[in-house]
Amino acid sequence: MTLSRLGSKLILTAGAISLGMASTTMAQSMSDVQKIAKERGLTTQDLVAAAMTYTPTGMHDEYVIMSSGGHSGQVFVIGVPSMRLLKSIAVFTPEPWQGYGYGVGNDILDAGNVQGKENRWGDTHHPALSETNGDYDGEWLFVNDKSNARMAVIDLRDFETKQIVKNPLFINDHGGAFVTPNTDYVFETAQYNVPWGADYAPMSEYKEEFRGAVTMWKFDRKKGRLDVDKSFSIELPPYWQDIADCGKLESDGYFFLNSINTELATGGFGVEGMKAPPFEAGVSMNATDYLHIINWKKAEKVFQAGKTSTIKGMEVILLKTAIAEGLLHLTPEPRSPHGVDVTPKGDFIVVSGKLDPHVTIYSFAKIKAAIANKTYSGHDDFGVPVLDFDSVMEAQVEVGLGPLHTQFGPDGYAYTSLFLDSAVARWTLGGVYGNLNAEPDWTLVTKTPVHYNIGHLGAAEGDTVSPDGKYLVAFNKWAVDRFIGVGPLLPQNFQLLDISKPGTHMPVIYDMPLGIGEPHYAQIIKADKLNPWSVYPEVGWDPHTQSVDPWAPRAKMERVERKGEREIEVFMTAVRSRFTPEHVTVKQGDTVKWRITNTERAVDATHGFSIPVYNITLSLEPGETATVEFVADVAGTFPFYCTEFCSALHLEMMGYLMVEPRE
Amino acid sequence: MTFIDHIVGPRVDQDDLKKNSLKYGAPGFLLLIARVLILVALFVPFWSMELVAPQYPENLHLIAYVNNLAGDVAEINSLNHYIGMRPLEEAAQIEREFGVYFLILFVIMLELASWIHSRWAVVLILPIITFPAVFLIDLYLWMSHFGMNLDPDAPLSNSIEPFVPPILGSGFIGQFETIARAGPGLILATIASGVVIIALFFHWRAYAPLVKAQKAEKKAAKQAAA
Repeated sequence: MTLSRLGSKLILTAGAISLGMASTTMAQSMSDVQKIAKERGLTTQDLVAAAMTYTPTGMHDEYVIMSSGGHSGQVFVIGVPSMRLLKSIAVFTPEPWQGYGYGVGNDILDAGNVQGKENRWGDTHHPALSETNGDYDGEWLFVNDKSNARMAVIDLRDFETKQIVKNPLFINDHGGAFVTPNTDYVFETAQYNVPWGADYAPMSEYKEEFRGAVTMWKFDRKKGRLDVDKSFSIELPPYWQDIADCGKLESDGYFFLNSINTELATGGFGVEGMKAPPFEAGVSMNATDYLHIINWKKAEKVFQAGKTSTIKGMEVILLKTAIAEGLLHLTPEPRSPHGVDVTPKGDFIVVSGKLDPHVTIYSFAKIKAAIANKTYSGHDDFGVPVLDFDSVMEAQVEVGLGPLHTQFGPDGYAYTSLFLDSAVARWTLGGVYGNLNAEPDWTLVTKTPVHYNIGHLGAAEGDTVSPDGKYLVAFNKWAVDRFIGVGPLLPQNFQLLDISKPGTHMPVIYDMPLGIGEPHYAQIIKADKLNPWSVYPEVGWDPHTQSVDPWAPRAKMERVERKGEREIEVFMTAVRSRFTPEHVTVKQGDTVKWRITNTERAVDATHGFSIPVYNITLSLEPGETATVEFVADVAGTFPFYCTEFCSALHLEMMGYLMVEPRE
Repeated sequence: MTFIDHIVGPRVDQDDLKKNSLKYGAPGFLLLIARVLILVALFVPFWSMELVAPQYPENLHLIAYVNNLAGDVAEINSLNHYIGMRPLEEAAQIEREFGVYFLILFVIMLELASWIHSRWAVVLILPIITFPAVFLIDLYLWMSHFGMNLDPDAPLSNSIEPFVPPILGSGFIGQFETIARAGPGLILATIASGVVIIALFFHWRAYAPLVKAQKAEKKAAKQAAA
């Protein structure tokens, strides 16, 4: 046998160079590093940052960011500290690489249709990892769509979207997704208020007809689905409910929710004949808005006791019931607040008023006492009791301009994003956290400039009961001059900060441009908590049900079966480098049910499958089976082929769909 | 003297047995060890081949048990189809189906052999002695049969010459380095075959004099009768 001849050909089968051609590396020393640093104008700090983030081939990241994708309708998965994009998960929007919405996944997307209309985009805002005892468990991810008030469930075994539910009551949400400490419920709250179900009502009836609400979606962990029948909502005053957070440990059972527009502004600026301030002013007039404090465990009992009304098909605890049952209390918070974040032990609630340079810290113990003692400063226009601000407030810390969101470290530090200052503030908590660091309680420690206009920020596991510290990512809205020009639409800028050392040392160590969406919130989970499949567990696996499909085509059982005059069923397999069968002949007008299984077991041996004209493209990961149904209404000769470069003979992996014209 | 007596060979006198328990016990004990080794070997791999290539960071593994092929069989078959090699499951089907029964039969034969004090014991013991060699020869024959009979219509058939990878040690096929090793089962079987050879020696030392004496006695009896 002539090995060299054989070798040169066989290398093709996998497309890699193996023996005898490995490159060698010159002897290198630190003087080489200095030389390069000098040539490129890098400082020592830059080199340290590079050493902290550079991730050579084969080394894996320590943390994973689960980032919303904004109005790309997706979720992004990013490694830390390398800041490499690992995956984008299609959620509310079709995506051809994942084969989502082009033959498979259409039913999931259809469940998100809004009043019968396809809305094939979404504005994902706040992803929430499932939790067990207040800590990420790495099993599920939830994310909301602000534009149409929808909620999605992503399975972290295969990182694919499994469910979309449309909220029947409201049309816009911002406060979601937030999970209870054991993921019993996923919260979604209305923002831009509308009458129930987005029905029509004139603006003059805003106070009477428009509604605020929070929906508690029951999560069935076993099924991996939101259980709509066991979900319910609580009616709220028509303020714009904003971001929220679930209580934990000490405050488990409570839900904290910000609001803006307690002014009940209805806008109308620029409308001929109307004299109204624009929303931006009308919504910002009051010196304080209301922090909503909801006892959700009590609300669950009220729902189970049947004290609800059915509205648009959903059980709703009406506002008057919520007040009567003591489920809902308000307390003033500095003007136009944005983030509300519960400290790791659940003992404090941190609120940032974006037009106030302070963060305001509420004590949960004080809130509980004020509720018990009815320490009210009054009631709002809708009869909701308002807890006296001074009785529940623990501290205020001046951190800078435009404070938005807060995350926590393991060392008694809190981190707040400052939109107007374009900075991240590190400040100290008091109470039981006071002894964890050298600085005095409730004090600003340092600020690090970021580039630019930071929105949310995420610290490693920084919103759980056990934050890790170490890394913090600033999710900046503007990049301006950070990257080379790519036209007027600029990428977002994710900046990695080193927060591993106490005190004033908190440098930016990496800039990651993100040119595929405009993320809002993101959570950062320890990589070893994720345990995804590398291939589907068995051949014939249906990822939608996460079980073996009994109808899945199997090797040696491939066939084309006529089921009726106008019905035909294809049982096809895909394996390197062929489809079986390679010819599929149908008659024009046939309804074709095309089942296809990737019978591979090798990691990464994914096959694509696409049919032209019929707008079909699938991604078949090893073991996966998919079923596509279409009407072959166009006669012709259509080559189908594998779209994922699978092997040396990938180009040969094709076949023909022949649609015979009907007489 | 019956034919059976002839096969079974002479019995040992009770007093002699008590006096020389080590001498007479040794072959039986060694055969017992061999039986245990073979029984353990049934449950562990006999042979394995590792295929090393850049795109398989954890390498591909083919593991042969007496009755089973394990490891990345599907993936190796999938690669082999490019060069027209038949699926590995089609190799040595009879051997895999009946191998366990044969080994159990051999173990029973060892059990019987420990009761037989004539040279016929060798017949019962021979299969176990030769088993490791037979296994390797069979493996080689299948490998060469598969490697030399490639499907001429396979995708890469015109770019590969028939080949036989080494059944022990390393070789190269395309971008793969193949490393074939004896598994613990084969090693145990080889040890068992060594133990059995030693047992045979002790068997000869213990019983050959008795057989000789019996023969002499027989001869004397014949002469006396004549």
